[in-house]
Amino acid sequence: MSRAEAQDDRVREPAVATPGGPDAARTPSPLWSLGLLRSELLTTFRRWRTLALLAVLAAVPILVGIAVKIETSDGSSLGGGGGGGGGAGPAFISQVSNNGLFLVFTALAATLPFFLPMAIGVVAGDAIAGESSAGTLRYLLVAPAGRSRLLLTKYATVIAFCLAATLVVAVSALAVGALLFPVGDLITISGTRITYAEGLGRALLIALVVAASLVGIAALGLFVSTLTGSGIAAMATTVGLLITVQILDQIPQLDALQPYFFSHYWLSFADVMREPVYWDDLVKNLGLQALYAAVFGSAAWARFTTKDITA
Amino acid sequence: MAPIDSDDNTTAGEGEELRAGRRKAARYVVPVAVMGVAAATIGLVPALADSGDPDLPKVTAEQLIEKIAKSDVQQLSGTVRINTDLGLPDLGGLESGLMSGMSGGPGSGGDGEGSAADPSAKLTELVSGSHTLRVAADGPDRQKLSLLENAAEYSLIHNGKDVWGYDSQSNEVYHSTAPDGAERPEKDVPGKDVPATPKDFADQALKSVDDTTSVTVGGTAQVAGRDAYRLVVEPKQKGSTVGAITVAVDAETGTPLKFTLTPASGGAAVVDVGFTKVSFAKPDASTFDFTPPEGAKVTEADESDAAAEAPEHGRPAEGDLAEGLDGLKVIGEGWNSIATFDTGAQGGLPTGSEGGDLGGLGGFLGSFGDQVKGDFGSGTVFKTRLVNALITDDGKVYAGAVTKDALVKAADAAQ
Repeated sequence: MSRAEAQDDRVREPAVATPGGPDAARTPSPLWSLGLLRSELLTTFRRWRTLALLAVLAAVPILVGIAVKIETSDGSSLGGGGGGGGGAGPAFISQVSNNGLFLVFTALAATLPFFLPMAIGVVAGDAIAGESSAGTLRYLLVAPAGRSRLLLTKYATVIAFCLAATLVVAVSALAVGALLFPVGDLITISGTRITYAEGLGRALLIALVVAASLVGIAALGLFVSTLTGSGIAAMATTVGLLITVQILDQIPQLDALQPYFFSHYWLSFADVMREPVYWDDLVKNLGLQALYAAVFGSAAWARFTTKDITA
Repeated sequence: MAPIDSDDNTTAGEGEELRAGRRKAARYVVPVAVMGVAAATIGLVPALADSGDPDLPKVTAEQLIEKIAKSDVQQLSGTVRINTDLGLPDLGGLESGLMSGMSGGPGSGGDGEGSAADPSAKLTELVSGSHTLRVAADGPDRQKLSLLENAAEYSLIHNGKDVWGYDSQSNEVYHSTAPDGAERPEKDVPGKDVPATPKDFADQALKSVDDTTSVTVGGTAQVAGRDAYRLVVEPKQKGSTVGAITVAVDAETGTPLKFTLTPASGGAAVVDVGFTKVSFAKPDASTFDFTPPEGAKVTEADESDAAAEAPEHGRPAEGDLAEGLDGLKVIGEGWNSIATFDTGAQGGLPTGSEGGDLGGLGGFLGSFGDQVKGDFGSGTVFKTRLVNALITDDGKVYAGAVTKDALVKAADAAQ
């Protein structure tokens, strides 16, 4: 995966160099910034806290899977007792005991509102502010990379973490689902039948959509991270913002504003399981995430490239 | 230690603090500009995309109605958006509480449970709020209607003899068998009496067209990317709460694409049903295939009916109301017709202390209504944006899509 990310970064390279102005004389070779990205990725993914976050995320589908297994072990169906499904529990949970693949969707629906963005908030908030509070930011800047490039590398690393975190949840859920529950053809929520292979394809698509849903909060976290010199403060602010927005999204009086909250269309990933796929909300979600990435990404760039680095 | 130079480029010389400051400020223009562009796009694109009303040959209202009647669209698929705003108090939570109570909450237990996938229960949800539906039809034998919910979907599938209701949220299936296709099977589809598509609504509206109604062609419009005529149906009489009904009719096929009911009092439409996407191509055959998923709870229609007929404790008031409905009469004609019946509940609603069948409930409901007096005595008017009802103190009920004054007048006349 790091290779794919690196490729991606290389494509973006020319755009990165332009804002720097007439510094052609010391434009580093593409290979060099590939190295920067690689070292960033290694630093991030080797951290104990990153691994702990991923472990927590991997544990969620295991817990959900075991809970559903125990609940349905006497042959009863989950959620079948109450009319209307009781409205409790994450989406798709009533289908998990019939098809293990649904555990992937349930696990993503369970982690997307909080666990996943919280993990992203921690990593993104830490990206610049963490270096700053550890006193390592100036050494990073001593290297002839330029601030824009460093910021982009940091953002690419956070995005890579978004993808990794989502895939950890999905793969863990897939494995647990296959172990505990029957697998086979599945029924979309529209009532049509698709093959297991197509179901897997949709699961992958959903994982990508979920990862893309986190791009907005990643940019937000990165911006917050450029504002402060304290890693903890940046993480707390990002997670606090996440909780605030999630609460505001529940208040009916604010329905005029809600379509612009980054979390508003998160659960639209479930639309992938309709037949035919209902794209409207998915497209809105991706557009909104791109907007957040553009606004807060450029705000982070404006802040970071003009900031006095004292630590 | 001096701060590390704050820019990628090192060409900025010393003593250019001002210029550097400006450059710093200039960078913040970028996020602001991005936001501005986004706001402009969100604001302007819908306006620009609205490319004006299409040019279509003129037709008369009669020709247009005939076009709707002759329209023989057998194959269709699309997305329908329904907005209803009756001006009822938002009872969302209460309503769903009642629904789950009705269909057998944890407390009721036993075999008396209804199914969450029962179409009639499910489709009444359409009465309030905003919903997205998908419809597909291929001839009279195969139709599908899906109600898109959050991360779930309710599908009603009619394929040949079988009618399936599938609620993906609770993974429950409702099944009934329609009689042979010979005798218009769609009439037997449960829940089909609940209008859902613009055509259903338009049919209802055109049924009421008589000499109390003015029907005109109100220009053209573009609906779901198709050119359409606008048929405007307005009540001629005064006193109706219905302002106008607009039906957008597809110029090519004569299919109603959008139905809008605006109240006489102005404001947002009470009912707004329209296609946001529509295609007249034959839907994929697999759309109508349905086999219950493994582990799903299947309720057969017969069982479910039996369950519904079983006495449901806790709802005696409704039973009484139903009894009261026996004496239903309609007074007036056309748009101003008022349904009236005698609940037999002497003392009426608002005077809760005097009891009556609905006493306790009445005191509570009375707080929603307006007190009125007339030759008939006094009573309470309950208003929504479309339908008003007058409940007199001697237990008579007058209800219709008419104004408060018209109700009082009708009550006076009935004395």
